[in-house]
Amino acid sequence: MSTSPSFALALPFDETRRRGGFFSTILSSDMPRSRVLSIILLTILLLLAATPFLFSGSQPVSTAAKICVFVVLVASYDLLLGYSGIVSFAHTMFFGIGGYGIAIALERMGPTWSSAAIGLLSALVLSALLAVAIGLLSLRVRAIFFSMITLAVASAAAVLASQLSDVTGGEDGLSFQLPPALRPAFRLLSEPLFGTAVNGRLLAYYLVFFVSLVVFLILLRIVNSPFGRVLQAIRENEFRAEALGYRVVAYRTAASVISALAATVAGALMALWLRYNGPDTTLSFSIMVDILLMVVIGGMGTMYGAVIGAALFVLAQSYLQVLMSAGSTALAGIPLLPDLIHPDRWLLWLGALFIVSVYAFPGGIVGRLRQAKQ
Amino acid sequence: MTLSATTPALETRGLTIRFGGHVAVNDVSCRFTPGTLTAIVGPNGAGKTTYFNLISGQLRATSGQVVVAGEDITGLPASARTRRGLGRAFQLTNLFPQLTALENVRLAVQSRADAGWSMFKVWNGRRDLIEKAEGILERVRLADKRHIAPKALSHGDQRKLEVALLIAMEPKVFMFDEPTAGMSVDEVPTVLELIHDIKQRGDATVLLVEHKMDVVRSLSDRIIVLHNGTLVADGEPAQVIASPVVQEAYLGLEAARV
Repeated sequence: MSTSPSFALALPFDETRRRGGFFSTILSSDMPRSRVLSIILLTILLLLAATPFLFSGSQPVSTAAKICVFVVLVASYDLLLGYSGIVSFAHTMFFGIGGYGIAIALERMGPTWSSAAIGLLSALVLSALLAVAIGLLSLRVRAIFFSMITLAVASAAAVLASQLSDVTGGEDGLSFQLPPALRPAFRLLSEPLFGTAVNGRLLAYYLVFFVSLVVFLILLRIVNSPFGRVLQAIRENEFRAEALGYRVVAYRTAASVISALAATVAGALMALWLRYNGPDTTLSFSIMVDILLMVVIGGMGTMYGAVIGAALFVLAQSYLQVLMSAGSTALAGIPLLPDLIHPDRWLLWLGALFIVSVYAFPGGIVGRLRQAKQ
Repeated sequence: MTLSATTPALETRGLTIRFGGHVAVNDVSCRFTPGTLTAIVGPNGAGKTTYFNLISGQLRATSGQVVVAGEDITGLPASARTRRGLGRAFQLTNLFPQLTALENVRLAVQSRADAGWSMFKVWNGRRDLIEKAEGILERVRLADKRHIAPKALSHGDQRKLEVALLIAMEPKVFMFDEPTAGMSVDEVPTVLELIHDIKQRGDATVLLVEHKMDVVRSLSDRIIVLHNGTLVADGEPAQVIASPVVQEAYLGLEAARV
């Protein structure tokens, strides 16, 4: 094989040099490495931070909260899929455990912070135990069997949640009250700030926003730690990693546990924001498919891909139908076209968008942007 | 525990593996002492690589034991054997194809430093690991290719990187499986020099599977011969090469061709 420069995969910069500075520390030395990507990420961050003050009405804020939650959920899944090369279908199970932990605790034990804490802690413990059990039982077998086992366990969990209606509310799910400080009636400031009422709903949004941000930064740190490097080595060549002295099963199980814990936190945030948890909001298999799409669209093996994938996908989910309805009305009278972009066809167009993006950007959006820089 | 001259660094006792009816390695007992380079020779299919796999843990023995510095490690997985000082370079190049050469070596250094479980530090904060990896790349003459991934390296450079990973593990026992196989003629001396260098430094125990007799003759202190999975000769290079059983079983063919 030739070693001419065209084959050489020389890096555009020397990543082994540790650069100081606030951003480098916060981002664990994993800078966006592309101007366009930096601008996009910064825009998403600022928009999410300012949504309650920029837009009126409840839908934009709900969409923003959902983006925050899905950034964590997708990033934690990318830790498994993109960084460790583990294909799991049980990720929504952990998402659901987080949601049910909060919902059951707040509904049964009353709307206080301590019941929320107990709910979250029990959910985290349950998720960790399940992740260890699945990991130790099946991560030593071939990858395909692991995927099948996660699929089976996730289906069992979904059936369990809908059948144990005394505890989980069955198909109807559970609605519950939040602690007083997070209710719309709660006023932190008597006067509106920049025209927005500073109430419990606003506090709830910023709770979701900051917890998501912190969990995302922790995940970013973990994938850029010596531990994260071992995960990537295992993904590249499991046999060699073992021969170098790394206990592959232990590392994979640890990655599953970390990923499950983050998904549990995301589920808890989702339930807190919706004041409701049910099979359709956290546990359904269609969410699992959405997560997969978000990871692939954003770019596997890049935490920033989770941010872009989640933002794009949730926005499309929330606004594609609105956009299409407007287009359909505008094109009224022309044959076929209004039917094609009728809001009921939005899944068709989402599917088309997905296929185009996978063809155009095999490395996801982040992969494409970083490549453009080289 | 310090090794006295009489404690072998590595010992196999009656090591045997059966695949169905076929006995690939048959009752091989052998001791390897520190400071000695032992060449393992034999025709294709003699069981040399299988013997290596049994020692380093890629295969589990049907019967017999593997003992490292007095400790029976037969029941341990490959990763645990590595941590007890068994280092192995593979016959077919076995690297992390997409990661840079430096990252390949750094991962080995990191394993040796037991730093793999550190989750909340940034990896490049450990300058010591990076510098050590860079030093090893220099030693195998790959310093200028540190940012190139193995899949873009020449075959010879890939073999050198394989040796670099082995050096980075700082094993007590170095196992080389045909380190010069498939190399161009001008690349061979570098790798042989590296092996010679490893032998000269400290009291490493080196095991070498090799086909080229000139290489074996110039490097080894001792030769053992495997034939159909059985150990058929063991001794000083000159003596083993001259023995009739070796001439017939293995070297006869080579000699006839040369």
